[in-house]
Amino acid sequence: MSQQVNTRVEDTSPVVGSSLWQDAWQRLKKNKLAMLGVVILLIIILVSTFGPLLSSYSYDQINLDRNSEPPSWEHWFGTDQLGRDILVRTLVGGRISLMVGIIATAVSFVIGVTYGAISGYFGGYIDELMMRIVDIIYSLPYLFLVIVLLAFFTKSIFMLFFILGGVSWLTMARIVRGQVLSIKNQEFIEAARAVGVETPMIIFRHVIPNTLGPVIVYTTLTIPSAMLSEAFLSFLGLGVQPPLASWGTMVNDGVEAIAVYPWQLIFPGLLMAVTLFSLNFLGDGLRDALDPQMRKD
Amino acid sequence: MSTNIILSVRNLQTYFYGDGSVVKAVDGVSFELKKGETLGIVGESGSGKSVTSLSILRLIAYPPGKIIGGEVVFDNKDLMKLSESEIRRIRGKRIAMIFQDPMTSLNPFMTIGAQLKEITELHEGLSSSQARKKAIEMLELVGISDASRRIDDYPHQFSGGMRQRVMIAMALSCKPELLIADEPTTALDVTIQAQILELIKGLKEKIGTSVILITHDLGIVAGMTDHIAVMYAGKIVEYAPTEELFSTPHHPYTKGLLKSVPDPMTDQKQLFQIPGLPPDLSRLPKGCPFSPRCSNVKAECQEFPPIKQINANHYSACWLEN
Repeated sequence: MSQQVNTRVEDTSPVVGSSLWQDAWQRLKKNKLAMLGVVILLIIILVSTFGPLLSSYSYDQINLDRNSEPPSWEHWFGTDQLGRDILVRTLVGGRISLMVGIIATAVSFVIGVTYGAISGYFGGYIDELMMRIVDIIYSLPYLFLVIVLLAFFTKSIFMLFFILGGVSWLTMARIVRGQVLSIKNQEFIEAARAVGVETPMIIFRHVIPNTLGPVIVYTTLTIPSAMLSEAFLSFLGLGVQPPLASWGTMVNDGVEAIAVYPWQLIFPGLLMAVTLFSLNFLGDGLRDALDPQMRKD
Repeated sequence: MSTNIILSVRNLQTYFYGDGSVVKAVDGVSFELKKGETLGIVGESGSGKSVTSLSILRLIAYPPGKIIGGEVVFDNKDLMKLSESEIRRIRGKRIAMIFQDPMTSLNPFMTIGAQLKEITELHEGLSSSQARKKAIEMLELVGISDASRRIDDYPHQFSGGMRQRVMIAMALSCKPELLIADEPTTALDVTIQAQILELIKGLKEKIGTSVILITHDLGIVAGMTDHIAVMYAGKIVEYAPTEELFSTPHHPYTKGLLKSVPDPMTDQKQLFQIPGLPPDLSRLPKGCPFSPRCSNVKAECQEFPPIKQINANHYSACWLEN
């Protein structure tokens, strides 16, 4: 009897552990453009976080005697119309822009994933109702919504982060819902239910992790779009308020003087463009790395 | 009621609703299972075998499905009347299930260990390290070598047969009183099939679990079960002790099924098949659902046949006098 129970499966060769994430990471590492993006992003994050601490200038230190100076050893990126150091301002602006990107995306991630997962998992009338709400919010002009919300709440910078996140979770919710619809009917979900796992646990432990591939890709593409939205809102005077700077406000200021003092536009604009490019390359790379179709190679 | 009956299903009805039609996937199924016994449920695809097993644990998704009637008495309690949290405490702990396709019944994003631990942490209140120890023990029990290392692997690093072993380990972690195996070997190749069946058989005796084995393969039930229920179009058409069913089948459908098993000893030019197709469950014929395919149709078949007792343990739903 016990003889039969012990029909062991022969383990012929040692198996090298590789999870789906490790697999994806291996593929991502092969993608040079995406890795370049990762490196550049890390550098930009590090420099804008710690760079301003090393400078003898502060971002709001006005020196009218030395306004609009071209780049020099003293001011590497030159100065603006009020004589403020553009290098420090660009780095501080980078903090704001990156924070907008990350926080707004995190907010939209949390709301969108939870909302979409609940909607997709329960299905039926709940799904119908929740998705119609999304449709209604979708149909409102995005900018109008942001402006109303900004006017309604205090114009603090954190409110801007949350409002941008608060209006950009809709697509995320739809993506997650679509994923959940296909995953919830798979046998391992049924198996989890058959084992007596509670519904919230099933959603958060079994369903959501399986939707994350496309979600992560969308997330990396949401960061640049939130940064662009912030730049646009700042351009309209609704975003970051002076003396604080973001890349958006600096580009806005720089545009006015582009013919005479081009460095006021070029440096923040260049940094922003490089960041956006890096994020897009990384997003593309992640999409390829997480796509099962790509595993054949 | 006799105390050695562990599960008693009475007149279970599960219907699926969609686009104005009603699919009567399970329509009045009744059976009893004695403690320690194995019941085989056989039938074609779409005959309601899996829906029956899912209905026992109330795992039918609503919508579109709904259990509209019947009782499932387990340990003197009607499972259909329990609250959601009460039935959840029975699922996995006292009644466990093994699913058809081991390739898809494990979560690809969780390690084998995490999935095994989930059950014992949930039902037995084990701590993480106790649950891990238990998981390794269970993996060893189902014959996974080097279990303490493989426990941290992901499902895709296991072969189909090994994944089914993991599923069995998971199902038996809490020593359930009843194990429902829904086509546990359909997705596996023949040699692995035999191993898995031996494993279930061995563990059933070791742990003392009763088993419901659902399959469409008569060869499997022959060696594994004490009783067999043959399902057709959502109903049990014949119920008999295994040997008796093979030696003296009564219902024409059972006879047809037995005849369609290829016999390697004789050189058959053509395999026998039951003429026609399984009926559309949303448009069942009047009377006996098998009558359009039956070679012995009589006038009475326009009425639904009563369940006839042939002897103490043998029932058949057919008008035929034998």
